[in-house]
Amino acid sequence: MELILLFFIFTLAGFLGFELIAKVPSQLHTPLMSGSNAISGVTIVGALIVAGADDGSWVTTVLGTTAVTLAMINVIGGYFVTDRMLGMFKKKDTAPAKKEGSS
Amino acid sequence: MSNETREILINSAYILASILFVLGLKMLGRQGTARKGNLISGIGMLIAIVVTLLDHNVIEYKWIVVGLVAGTVIGLACARLIKMTSMPEMVALLNGFGGLASLIVGAAEYCRIRGGTVMPDHPAFTSAVIYLTILIGGITFTGSIYAFCKLAEWLSGRPILFRGQHLVNGLFVVLTVLSGIVYVVSGDPQVQLMAVGVFITLSLVLGWTLVMPIGGGDMPVVISMLNSLSGVAACAAGFVISNNVLVVAGCLVGTSGVILTAIMCKAMNRSLANVLFSGFGAAPVPSTGAASAGVVQGELKPISAEDTFAVLEAARQVVIIPGYGMAVSQAQHVVRELGEMLENNGAEVRFAIHPVAGRMPGHMNVLLAEANVPYEQLVEMDSINPLMPTMDVAIVIGANDVVNPAASSDKGSPIYGMPIIKAHEARTVICLKRGKGTGFSGLENQLFLLPNTRMLYGDAKGSLQGVVSEFKSLAAG
Repeated sequence: MELILLFFIFTLAGFLGFELIAKVPSQLHTPLMSGSNAISGVTIVGALIVAGADDGSWVTTVLGTTAVTLAMINVIGGYFVTDRMLGMFKKKDTAPAKKEGSS
Repeated sequence: MSNETREILINSAYILASILFVLGLKMLGRQGTARKGNLISGIGMLIAIVVTLLDHNVIEYKWIVVGLVAGTVIGLACARLIKMTSMPEMVALLNGFGGLASLIVGAAEYCRIRGGTVMPDHPAFTSAVIYLTILIGGITFTGSIYAFCKLAEWLSGRPILFRGQHLVNGLFVVLTVLSGIVYVVSGDPQVQLMAVGVFITLSLVLGWTLVMPIGGGDMPVVISMLNSLSGVAACAAGFVISNNVLVVAGCLVGTSGVILTAIMCKAMNRSLANVLFSGFGAAPVPSTGAASAGVVQGELKPISAEDTFAVLEAARQVVIIPGYGMAVSQAQHVVRELGEMLENNGAEVRFAIHPVAGRMPGHMNVLLAEANVPYEQLVEMDSINPLMPTMDVAIVIGANDVVNPAASSDKGSPIYGMPIIKAHEARTVICLKRGKGTGFSGLENQLFLLPNTRMLYGDAKGSLQGVVSEFKSLAAG
């Protein structure tokens, strides 16, 4: 049953993904790509479970820690670089000063 | 806290995280809300990470902290220090790390099942998804690393072809599938171990060999495809550990990446298969010569910075068409300066962006944004083309195939049918180019031969600085 449920959400998420991205202006293609790239770092959840499992095997600990590090680079790098990029997209009237993000 | 309440708490938090990912992605698709969208999806990720630490399987925190801190430091450093012109490399590299992380999760789950610490409910199914996680993660990893090397010019951006390449790749694919079947079906741990070793190796080899025949100009397609694959790998990992937030988020990234890939292919009027396997741009295409209709005969007419200034000074409607050359020479700031000069001179300035200009989707937009060009001034291909005949001057900065009129007139041309920005319809075209060589596709650009085209040779940044200083001396005098 649990498997069927997983397939169920998988299917729905697939359709949702198509709908969400269907009409994105080309201006935003790069931020969208790097932003979704950051989301793909969600594999860190799996990495944490592997790294945190105390099953006395150094192999899984090494693998887990490596995976956590790599996925974390993906997550942090992805979100921050996307934010940096989006911070540069400006309308004509806004001041060229750096701080203008929170509006 | 009992295990059951803990489970409920964790899963509720995962639902919340999934909602935030969906909202974040949606907001990321609109100019006004994009930055907030990224923040919201980031909060979703934070929630997912924190509650996972509460999972009853997570007992040992020491190494997790080490990994989290190391990843954060490296990630932050990358995000802060990277130059905007190197953004395609950055995306490729991050993508590769995500893919490798998924591969490792798959491999570690295999080790745990082999060691007997984890007993899957459906062993065959779990084996199958472990196989997929490793395969897709491996292809994503080496594919992204190779793409990174090509983009950073550590390796040649030219496609690399050899005799029997498709045959070799096909053989690898067959072996990969076979080893997967052996792994899933066989009950013998020793045979399984060997099969896993074989397909881990093959997945890494495949990522490399699949990107090998794809050239630099096709990178927008490759990057968005690898991005999609990294999502699919995470999704497969979600099936391995029966984790719904992994399945949802991975699947969202996978499908959104597919859409982006399709947009890129459409912008080149080529199929994904053609981009991946044809080795496009490997060798100079033999000229179709006078035999094909619509081929323009003519010669390249150079122009000096002074004369360029004279042409621009009289212009009222100017369109600037940037390409990869602008990124290479880091000319975006001086391009913006030139745009401002022209506006102060009374001209209307637009920037026309082709969807596949540069090395990743939206590459030009990012660079111009970095240089403070307001995004209202950036115009998409379909909006600028009808206006093109009213343009006094079109300035082509390091773009080539995306403005080649052969794409619409010469049926013999390999890029025939690709939508282009019709720079040739402007009254005067000024093309900035490093030298006389051909573009990525290896094609001679017929735009350069037209009677109304002038070539401004040299590094784009240097050439433009020359023109800008002419404007400045005018203002001063």
